[in-house]
Amino acid sequence: MRALAALIARDMRFALRVGGGALVALLFFLTVVTLTPFALGPDLALLARIGPAILWLGALLSSLLALDRLLSVDHDDGSLDLILMAETPLELALAAKAIAHWLTTGLPLVVAAPVLGLFLNLDFSASAAVLLTLLAGTPALTFIGLIGAALTVALRRGGLLLSVLVLPLTIPVLIFGVAASNAAIVGPMPFGAPFTILCALTLISFVVGPFAAAAAIKSGLE
Amino acid sequence: MPLIDLANPTRFLRLVERLLPWLAGAVTLVIAIGIYQAFFVAPDDYQQGATVKIMFIHVPSAWLSMFGWAVMSIAALGTLVWRHPLADVTAKVAAPIGAAFTFICLATGSLWGRPMWGTYWVWDARLTSVLVLFLMYLGVILVWRTVEDPSRAARAAAILTLVGAINLPIIKFSVDWWNTLHQPASVFRISGPSIHPALLFPLAIMAIGFVLLYVTLLLAAIRTEILRRRLRILQLMQAESATSSRS
Amino acid sequence: MSLGPHAAFIVAAYAVAALVVTVLVAWIVADYRIQKQRLANLEAHGITRRSTRPER
Repeated sequence: MRALAALIARDMRFALRVGGGALVALLFFLTVVTLTPFALGPDLALLARIGPAILWLGALLSSLLALDRLLSVDHDDGSLDLILMAETPLELALAAKAIAHWLTTGLPLVVAAPVLGLFLNLDFSASAAVLLTLLAGTPALTFIGLIGAALTVALRRGGLLLSVLVLPLTIPVLIFGVAASNAAIVGPMPFGAPFTILCALTLISFVVGPFAAAAAIKSGLE
Repeated sequence: MPLIDLANPTRFLRLVERLLPWLAGAVTLVIAIGIYQAFFVAPDDYQQGATVKIMFIHVPSAWLSMFGWAVMSIAALGTLVWRHPLADVTAKVAAPIGAAFTFICLATGSLWGRPMWGTYWVWDARLTSVLVLFLMYLGVILVWRTVEDPSRAARAAAILTLVGAINLPIIKFSVDWWNTLHQPASVFRISGPSIHPALLFPLAIMAIGFVLLYVTLLLAAIRTEILRRRLRILQLMQAESATSSRS
Repeated sequence: MSLGPHAAFIVAAYAVAALVVTVLVAWIVADYRIQKQRLANLEAHGITRRSTRPER
């Protein structure tokens, strides 16, 4: 446990350092949300209606943008090999890295969402719904992205390949995240059903993500 | 010949050589019968008219698009668990073939949708899931094309395939759920629970023909891929001997 | 046999399917010929697999 805590602390320190990239995702999120009214027109009623969808898409793309750094930096400087050789199971170490990554890039997105909701004319309950669904859903994005990050590290090809591989896998999270947010605003269905499924998806990704990522890294470093 | 012998690529090649002409003949025959049945025997649907004939290629290719991923998943298990080179080869060639049938399913579905729905594309649950499946096929093909070393690519593609196999039912479920949420009431339902028996028989023939076609293409592609790997090894050996003789 | 008012769509659907399958078959056959040709070339230069090489 102490090794994992140390790993989380280390990763968070690196991410928040100059050049760590934690803030880039946040800035990207802000930019995407700023761009949408230019594409759609400043119709406040329309923005309020599709606001949760914009916020969710923005958060999805932003967390994807930061994924590239999740493992590639450690792979480049060799610390991934040390993690691989350590006594701590690789699955747990990867999960710890993903948690650290979520705390430094996912969580700021979640916190920023209600602020950006103001730009999109979301009222208080809508913002709260988006905040809650993002809080439940973004960990799933990070843990699904972990698989993609591990694959691209194993393949020694980064960047765009990662996005193409990961995005189709995130469709269920997007569907239920946006549905739960919309359910809280316009109905007709209750907030609970899609939100519970969203939580279930996150829990599944907690299990599948680290195991698949560990398998990918082991296969790539042989 | 015991079944285990088929795991030897050379014996496998010999068997494929013998099987392929027969399979190719069977494919031609069955699909010819199927098309004859579809166009000259099967009645038009009372609601959809003659456009129901598109079903005879659309539905079998939809089945094959899912069957193709299942074949890839089994091969992926073979790659990861037994590390068998034949599994690598099968997984590699199954990806473009599966993607081709998925594309046929999408294209025919779109052409069927135009007269039936009045538009080439409807965000219908089935079409949307097949589209996502197509994207995932392309992702796997991309992994195979990105990596030079075949066994490294095989393991990466295998992991992606298995993650996809876990994810596909979830995607199917969420797309269905999303679709019922947004379903406009007027959309025409393709192939409801009841298909007229007179249509079912040609559909079954076409389905058999398509499965045979898939198997034939898969075996032929595996044969090519085995040769390609031999060639690769020989070229590496050639390069090696060239450098060692020079020094 | 009449295909009704939407004949073009039915023919187009079958044409697309036929085209995709033809391309697939052509690709596999052509690829097979190329690999076979290259293998034959290499073997003509005396480079063979260890398993098929005669004992020296």
